Amino acid sequence: MAEITYLEAIREALVEEMDRDENVFCMGEDIGAYGGAFKVTDGLLKRFGESRVIDTPISEIAIVGAAAGAGHMGMRPVVEMQFIDFIANAYDILTNYVATARYRAFLPCPMVVRGPSGGYVRGGPFHSQNPEAGFIHTPGLKVVYPSTAEDAKGLMKAAIRDDDCVLFFEHKYLYRRIKAEMPAGDHVVPIGKARLAREGTDVSIITYAATVWKALEAAEAVEKEDGLSVEVLDLRSLAPLDDDAIFATVKKTNRVLVLHEDTRTGGIAGEITARINESCFEWLDAPVLRVTAHDIPLPYAPQLEDFVLPQTSDIVRAVRRLAAY
Amino acid sequence: MAKKKGIGSRESGIGNGATGNGRSSTATSAPAADSRLPTPDSRRPSAGLTRDQKLDLYYWMRLTRSLEERLVALYRQTKVVGGLFRSLGQEADAVGSAFALERRDILSPLIRNLGAMLVKGATPLEILRQYMAKGDSPTRGRELNIHFGDTDRGFIGQISPLGDMVPVMAGVTLTFRMRREDRVGLVYVGDGATSTGAFHEGINFAAVQRLPLVVIVENNGYAYSTPIEKQTAARQFVDKAVGYGIPGVKADGNDVLAVYDVTKEAVDRARAGGGVTLIELTTYRRKGHAEHDNQSYVPAGEIDRWAAENDPIDRYLVVMREELGATDAEIAAIDARVAAEVDAATDAAEQSPFPQPLDALVGIYADPPAERPLWFREGSDRAVDVNERPEGWGTWQSSRTGNA
Repeated sequence: MAEITYLEAIREALVEEMDRDENVFCMGEDIGAYGGAFKVTDGLLKRFGESRVIDTPISEIAIVGAAAGAGHMGMRPVVEMQFIDFIANAYDILTNYVATARYRAFLPCPMVVRGPSGGYVRGGPFHSQNPEAGFIHTPGLKVVYPSTAEDAKGLMKAAIRDDDCVLFFEHKYLYRRIKAEMPAGDHVVPIGKARLAREGTDVSIITYAATVWKALEAAEAVEKEDGLSVEVLDLRSLAPLDDDAIFATVKKTNRVLVLHEDTRTGGIAGEITARINESCFEWLDAPVLRVTAHDIPLPYAPQLEDFVLPQTSDIVRAVRRLAAY
Repeated sequence: MAKKKGIGSRESGIGNGATGNGRSSTATSAPAADSRLPTPDSRRPSAGLTRDQKLDLYYWMRLTRSLEERLVALYRQTKVVGGLFRSLGQEADAVGSAFALERRDILSPLIRNLGAMLVKGATPLEILRQYMAKGDSPTRGRELNIHFGDTDRGFIGQISPLGDMVPVMAGVTLTFRMRREDRVGLVYVGDGATSTGAFHEGINFAAVQRLPLVVIVENNGYAYSTPIEKQTAARQFVDKAVGYGIPGVKADGNDVLAVYDVTKEAVDRARAGGGVTLIELTTYRRKGHAEHDNQSYVPAGEIDRWAAENDPIDRYLVVMREELGATDAEIAAIDARVAAEVDAATDAAEQSPFPQPLDALVGIYADPPAERPLWFREGSDRAVDVNERPEGWGTWQSSRTGNA
């Protein structure tokens, strides 16, 4: 079977799920005739028709709210935020309405909100964000953020089949840069399970999305230059977090770096560090370190963006500091 | 007179004197609006209601008011643990509009639409348990007041951020259309919610998609303390329909038959594929935003004037006596039935248990079924089944629906 890109893997999941279940449908801005800003939904309109691939007005509240209403009635909408930055427009209805619906009113919201996320692409402040932390903080939502093409497909299928709202972050840097052959058959990756991206014994890097690849680069570098064995845990799901996998790698290497592209303060690295502190304190040989973006809006110029976002060299420095502690 | 009053000559002298809010129906936009031009009484949708159905309208309005009066008593006894929201003086707009729906249709009420929920099958016992935060309330003590719903009975509970239910109901009616179901949605917003982004985005999306949705703007004069002049520069809320390219209709919200008429016409149009209608119902909020609100911002005499001259139940009693030939004994029998039902529901609600603390952790996701208590919270692992419904859930008293 031929290799396909991360982006094509997402599309393949959408097509397979829409073929499998007539209740699955797509809504979003420019997703139909145009195929989406990044062409994730290219070809879906032709294949499934206007009633299942719906071009909407520029109305994130309406898109998410209507998905919730359709979800109550048994549909399984998959809605696109043209850029995930615009999910902020739907923050009220996602956190106040969707996230609480099952708990306060027994109303299911089986829906997926997906969109291109993340930086390293010279997108500037409003086309580069990683807003996952705000939603992880909201009980009632699930959040996934795949780093590989296989996981992009398998997690999308799991998200569509999930009976609750899943926010599906797609890293736009990875859309066309990585490829893989898809596992045969009905490939579903369970939500809430991390993936060991690289085995190691000296230091653990806990991360997700595009920085998984930076962590792997750094691991190669310190292995070659320092003889260090670095383990990389790809979280894949951010809500719920795979505590078992996190604690297992902590207990294995006893030195932990939490890495993400999102900003530092209030980012998910703080939550992971706290959980490690509560559950694995006596297993640690060094303080848990964080490598994250600086706490500022993401600037446009390459010289600025590259300085603000975590780079492989930052990770190498942190790993060396942990190993030497 | 070129245009017909909402309910004919009956209305004059009752509604219009008070604040000028009691205007009758006026069409503002789009072809369908022409249907509001002079219509013989025999062609009004309400002319198709049976005498029993018209008496039912009174029953539902009286039940709404009596139930709220009981809630006031319970509130003063501190048995209502949160705020209490009244719909005094607005019973006609809630009841008359919900009465225009079929059972299979779905509405989403606002805080002053207790009457609409009762018509749709919510029970007084559920309302009382809900206000009293009982463990067997429809939300098991998780949500307040009339914030609950049941899609089987055809109502979806509101949330406090205003306007959000408009896009949600757009999604509900989008589903009706995708499945080719012969069903209609109705969503209520207040005058204040028309200022929100959610209202705008939701009604615009529904209009573009020509969804079978009726949007009722309940203009009761105030959003908390804010009068409508500070809410909008539009001359009237119904004018907003023009901007969305949909029919807009305005009616006297304190005339239950006029409310039924405009809603039924909009519902029929939606069912026939005619898309969204915006209805403005003019009424008046005689109590504060909630029971704690002393209404210091209301001009002197305004509330008393509405109470004396434009009470929807008093007005309908005149119609019942003069046009339906209802006798004092008939009316007293309905009042007695309402009183007995409210008493019985109160007795039952008082007996209801409060929720168990551990039940708080159940049901945030479909899976896992229960969150584990944090280590510093002692307790057993037992909690209610996530799929279990409280006793009385889904009760539909078809004899009370009043419509087929």
